[in-house]
Amino acid sequence: MTHADPVGVLTGAHFLDGDHAACEGAICAGARFSAGYPITPSTEVVERFSHRAPKIGATFIQMEDELAASIAILGAVWGGVKAFTVTSGPGFSLMMEHIGYAVMTETPCVFIDVQRGGPSTGLPTLPAQADMMQVKWGSHGDYEIIALCPNSPQECFDLTIKAFNLSEKYRVPVFVMMDEVVGHMTEKVVIPRAEEIEIEPRHFTTQDKSSFQLYAPVGEEQTPEMAKAGDGYKVHVTGLTHDERGYPNMTPAVQERMVKRLVTKIRDNAEKICITEQNEVEGADVVVVSYGITSRVAQRAVEMARAKGLKVGTVRLITAWPFPDHVIRAIAPKVKGFVVAELNLGQMVREVERSVAGKCRVAHVGHAGGTVHKPEEILKAIEEVAR
Amino acid sequence: MQLTELRIAGFGGQGVIMCASVIGRAASIVENGYATMTQNFGPEARGGACSAQLVLSPTPVLYPYVNKADLMVLMSQEAYVKFAQDIKPGGTLIVEQDLVRVQGLDIPDVKVFAIPATRIAEELGKKMVLNVVMTGFFGAISQLISRESLRKAVLDSVPAAFAELNGKAYDAGYEYGLKHMQSGALDLGEEDPVTITE
Repeated sequence: MTHADPVGVLTGAHFLDGDHAACEGAICAGARFSAGYPITPSTEVVERFSHRAPKIGATFIQMEDELAASIAILGAVWGGVKAFTVTSGPGFSLMMEHIGYAVMTETPCVFIDVQRGGPSTGLPTLPAQADMMQVKWGSHGDYEIIALCPNSPQECFDLTIKAFNLSEKYRVPVFVMMDEVVGHMTEKVVIPRAEEIEIEPRHFTTQDKSSFQLYAPVGEEQTPEMAKAGDGYKVHVTGLTHDERGYPNMTPAVQERMVKRLVTKIRDNAEKICITEQNEVEGADVVVVSYGITSRVAQRAVEMARAKGLKVGTVRLITAWPFPDHVIRAIAPKVKGFVVAELNLGQMVREVERSVAGKCRVAHVGHAGGTVHKPEEILKAIEEVAR
Repeated sequence: MQLTELRIAGFGGQGVIMCASVIGRAASIVENGYATMTQNFGPEARGGACSAQLVLSPTPVLYPYVNKADLMVLMSQEAYVKFAQDIKPGGTLIVEQDLVRVQGLDIPDVKVFAIPATRIAEELGKKMVLNVVMTGFFGAISQLISRESLRKAVLDSVPAAFAELNGKAYDAGYEYGLKHMQSGALDLGEEDPVTITE
């Protein structure tokens, strides 16, 4: 780990919305390139980046569409910079092909998805949390990614930095899964001094040029090192199944070796990657699982339930992917049940059910999006499960 | 500061969002409280309905939206028609006196205060600062945030070249508020509030 480049770090307390805070997080993390096809409610992230770019030696390109935006950032990464793009549902759908390409080529990059109501054009200015399965399964083939869910502008800042760090460490695309409420909500955001911000640098190789293999895994993370463009290393990057040299090799043996490593580098490190926030889980009868803006609404419901004498704990998913199976599995035998609240009609609840494996009840409080839950809806589910 | 839910609304171009932002900044950055601001978006850049919701609290804010407001600042008739019925009983309504006709409000014990903020801003030389006049008036009427904290948040939010003008606008609104408070809240039962002019 190293520290943030002081250029562009706006140390101090600000009153910012989540979109602007995410932009500042990207800048602190060292992002110096963004390509985008701005879409509500994510536009403000790149609007701010385009204003800030000339002052910090960065580049922003408004592309012709989301396909172009999502592939331009991958090119920029191989050119040597840290890069990201932002979008919302309709654009996210168009980016799926290049998310697969980023996974296959192990290109460290960050996608910020400010979720709005869907399917299709849906609700441009209103919230949802309904891209949670798409982010994991939207591109074809077997793969693993990392997805983080901020619940405040401060976390939009903090977790965007975290996303860049994880992407460099594991060489995967990392997703900041915001929602319209968090993106457009304005709160105090504290930006620390540059030397207090930990940054995972790009791991450029110093290996011998004649024997360096672009896709030979290194260390516990099972991730290869990157070659710095212009340093004289031989670089061959392809979306085809490739061997350690990066050369296409479309045999079952290489496919098995390569795809397994793409998956296990995340699965084997899942407990290290996963962040959850747990509160009063010990001795609880009911545990409420939520993430993003819903975690705040759920907290109000939990406080109402506790005022009625119910023993309620909470698990907030800060990392949605990889899913923290181990956390849910450990709690399941000790409680009457889980209540899962989310702004969709049943997505992460499936992961909770899978991890619970029949050991307790799981109740879902879904919502089609457009606004947040009424705390009373979540309270009702808590009371039912506690009964 | 106690948990207070506010709505500030008017038409686009009046500085509605900035007014809410200044109050939020004062509460959460200049002072040590918490503030969460959300805003309603319309496709219009100017002239359309514009509304901000602000929750001020001594502890972190959980629920971000305002359903019933303790205090409303309404700067257009459209905003009044749309939102005034969502003031809590016993709540406070602050209006732009020349732009809002307070009528048909049947919520018990609402205290109404009016200020010709646009006219005061024009007298100061720039109509644009009407939101800062309104911010000062809000500060004096609500007494939620200290006069100095709110003033600092105003000055932190405007370009340095306009600090003097905005400082004057804030003070004018605050002084008008102090004067108005002494004369008491508007009594809705007796007369048409539009007649309350200097």
